[in-house]
Amino acid sequence: MSTAAVAEHGTSHDDHGGGHGHTSTGLSNNKLAMWLFLGSECLLFGGLISTYMLYRGRHVKGPGPDQVFSIPYTSVSSFVLLMSSLTMVLAVAEAQKRNIDKAKLWMTVTAVLGATFVGGQVFEFTEFYRKGLGYTTSLFGSSFYTLTGFHGVHVTVGIIMLMATVGMLKSNKVPGDKAEVIELVGLYWHFVDIVWILIFTLVYLIPA
Amino acid sequence: MSTAVEHASLGTDPNAEHTEHAGHGNSHYYLVALALAILTGLEVLLSYIDIGAAFMPLLLTLMMIKFIMVVLEFMHLRKDAKVFHFLFWSGFLLAIAVYIGFLATFKFFLQP
Amino acid sequence: MAIIEQPRTNVALPAGTGAPALVTPKEAKGMFARPVEPKGWRDWVFTVDHKKIGIMYGVVAFVFFIVGGLEAMLIRLQLAAPNGKVLSAEQYNQMFTMHATTMVFLFVMPMASAFANYFVPLQIGARDVAFPRINAFGLWTFVAGAIFVNLSWFLGGGADGGWFMYAPNSTKMFSPGHGVDFWAFGLQITGIASLTGAINLIVTCINMRAPGMSLFKMPIFTWMIMVVQFLLVFAMPVITVALFLLSFSRGFGGAFFDVKQGADPLLWQHLFWIFGHPEVYILVLPSFGIVSEVLPVFSRKPLFGYKFVAISGAAIGFVGWGVWAHHMFASGLGPISVLVFSMATMMIAVPTGVKIINWTLTMWGGKLRFTTAMLFAIGLIVEFTIGGLSGVTHAVAPSDTQQTDTYYIVAHFHYVLFGGAIFGLFSGFYYWWPKVFGRLLNERWGKANFWLMVIGMNLTFGPMHIVGLQGQPRRMYRYDESNVHARFWNAISTVGAFVLALGILCFIVNVVITHRSKNPAVKAPLDPWDARSLEWMTSNPPPAHNFDAIPTVHELDEFFHRKYAVDHETDEIKQIATAEQIMAEQMAHAEKDIHLPSPSYWPLVVSLSLPIIGFGVIYSHILIAVGALVTILGLFGWSMEPSVATKDDYEPPAPTDDAIKELTA
Repeated sequence: MSTAAVAEHGTSHDDHGGGHGHTSTGLSNNKLAMWLFLGSECLLFGGLISTYMLYRGRHVKGPGPDQVFSIPYTSVSSFVLLMSSLTMVLAVAEAQKRNIDKAKLWMTVTAVLGATFVGGQVFEFTEFYRKGLGYTTSLFGSSFYTLTGFHGVHVTVGIIMLMATVGMLKSNKVPGDKAEVIELVGLYWHFVDIVWILIFTLVYLIPA
Repeated sequence: MSTAVEHASLGTDPNAEHTEHAGHGNSHYYLVALALAILTGLEVLLSYIDIGAAFMPLLLTLMMIKFIMVVLEFMHLRKDAKVFHFLFWSGFLLAIAVYIGFLATFKFFLQP
Repeated sequence: MAIIEQPRTNVALPAGTGAPALVTPKEAKGMFARPVEPKGWRDWVFTVDHKKIGIMYGVVAFVFFIVGGLEAMLIRLQLAAPNGKVLSAEQYNQMFTMHATTMVFLFVMPMASAFANYFVPLQIGARDVAFPRINAFGLWTFVAGAIFVNLSWFLGGGADGGWFMYAPNSTKMFSPGHGVDFWAFGLQITGIASLTGAINLIVTCINMRAPGMSLFKMPIFTWMIMVVQFLLVFAMPVITVALFLLSFSRGFGGAFFDVKQGADPLLWQHLFWIFGHPEVYILVLPSFGIVSEVLPVFSRKPLFGYKFVAISGAAIGFVGWGVWAHHMFASGLGPISVLVFSMATMMIAVPTGVKIINWTLTMWGGKLRFTTAMLFAIGLIVEFTIGGLSGVTHAVAPSDTQQTDTYYIVAHFHYVLFGGAIFGLFSGFYYWWPKVFGRLLNERWGKANFWLMVIGMNLTFGPMHIVGLQGQPRRMYRYDESNVHARFWNAISTVGAFVLALGILCFIVNVVITHRSKNPAVKAPLDPWDARSLEWMTSNPPPAHNFDAIPTVHELDEFFHRKYAVDHETDEIKQIATAEQIMAEQMAHAEKDIHLPSPSYWPLVVSLSLPIIGFGVIYSHILIAVGALVTILGLFGWSMEPSVATKDDYEPPAPTDDAIKELTA
């Protein structure tokens, strides 16, 4: 909840800068806030990842990690998310060249890739559940679903932000610098991607 | 009329110069994405072959390279102001230090 | 409220001459018409002005100070005599839990936010914070969370696990009521407020400084606030994780604290204290900042070693991350962990000592004026040092093992929090009251307030050292008459608590008589204390736009350097200008076109949606969806609304610049 609320603020253009656009450092308030928020999120995901690392080997009941994980499947969905970062950065690049239409297109592609990833995650969860790993089954189950669930919620919030920005650009309702708004959404999106880079390696690839 | 709109259309924002840098084509981004894909492939490959004690350090190194590449290239931190580096890396490094300490108190790293 | 945005040229416009605006009213408003120039209570509720928000933070925090104080009085009454019958064991558990929660999260933290909101922009020469609407959002979110936590009293009883709420003790099995759920979600909500507020203030400090104000020309209070906000930004997410794990365990059956499944009971302790130790500095550093402003002013000397005080503040903040496990020495961490954390804890005494020395040397040889503000500042140095010294005895692990969970700990943290944090806040009340309200608090009542509080706190918390070392356990809800020592000292503590309460009553009386008084002497002069920093370079109270002209800063203590200069012939410091002259010069160069952010409904809408989600988590999951929907809609409305009202938001629409030009040409 907290993350959703704050992330959306990042995109709202609150920079009044005394009404002159001058700031002490010459940098954008919004971008500073976004980077700070991402720095803060490191501590959030750090806590969740650490809890998982501590508990991943503990399953009195139900299956363990190596009994449920399917590396090829997760590799593909990780690859999809990784490529969504490419499309996102292309959207930002187009926006900075003032090609808002192209930017909108790339953002839509990014959102679709993100949705594919979330869909894959939902499928993966149902698959794990079928294999006997529920949320309350074991410490491994609880900590795994909490960590990946939090990440999934972050991706979902990112998709909402992308689609909202595209919609607002279409109806010309974005107050302020359009390229900057897209860049901020992009920063958030890449962050969600780098968190997955960590999760993919630490959670899936390291055998428990 | 919002002052923010004015300021953007005048192009006085600091991102304006930055636009010129990014302007030398998008091929750079494709290359980074390619490198990321190859590194991911390498990681997956590593988890299938047995290379003994080198496995963990190698895997973690690859992970960090991917992480840093996205931050520096896709999030443009490499060419961006120092203060952004400070804000992000202080959070990231603090998280690493604190949580390694946290796991160490559970003797996590002494497990076989 | 003076929204300067409304163009002053009152040119009568012929119908239909409104020039095209980029955003039409319909688009800008979203769902509601925007509150452009609200009057009365609406002016406060929808405001985005950092000064009004600061005052509201202060008022709400003070209300919770009284609530937490009444809880403390009930605790002391229960322990006044053997076999206390004021509270049952269950009620006692709830009382000490809610007392601590209220004082930490609902009084000291928001009161520091009150000072930060009001004074950081003034001290750095800004017109407002970087994100005024997020500021309003932070205030209302805090209020929503604070009320949410306290609603538990009426809905089945408060949380009862102690303020650090150790799991598994706080899981459903041991605390089946809803108290802990309200506690966990309420703190989650106030956490959002803290996080957004912290991001806002850091960006403000980085980006909104007046021309010429480098980081090392920022007033020391602003410095300490900036350090605290960094601590908040990085510590809040850790408690967020812990609270989620607890809520998910209680609500959805997560296994995190289920020892049968192999859970480690230290998990919660670690996560809580990784947050909890920085939190200690979050509570006390703002007060350090306040006394670092007060001491130089009333010693008529610059702060001794300004850079050292600033850097040692940052050092405390940094080292504060490496000491959390000293709260857990008795939990069986293992010798290596205990050694490492013990050493780190002793190290953190160094930067704290640096501050104590700097304050003392600031007073050394100064022309001291013992106003109430100064007395509280000196009180902080003394009482905090006592608390700091007992703190060092905790750093020594063997002795800490004896002290853990005894009243000795209770004594220690009340000396640092009451004698440190709260004395600093009271010093700030007396020092800045004329700035905020344009009236001087009564000094005679103020001194009564101070002395009663000093005597009261030492009577209350001093004996706790003794009974603690004699073995009286913390959170003990009664004792029997055979324990002569406990009877004597606990009676003294209770008497002390009443003296303390009397002291705080004096403060309330002082506020009432100051604001009722018709005596012209209570009206504050422009520069009542002969102050040094930028917030005094404007009227009392400041106008909505803070400064008529944004000052250019050349020196640390800019205001002082505009008033005084060294006479090169005699080598003495001489006054070269009065505050009134400096103000007149500012007014002569007043900026003509000042844009201020406009009020907005959206922060309030989003804030109020959060407790709906909270009720949903506890009672009915449908409400979660309702609350989340309101949140999302609120955020949409927010993100489509420009931070400054467009001209056609006004009723009737304000003339555009082009139209004015055309007409006046």
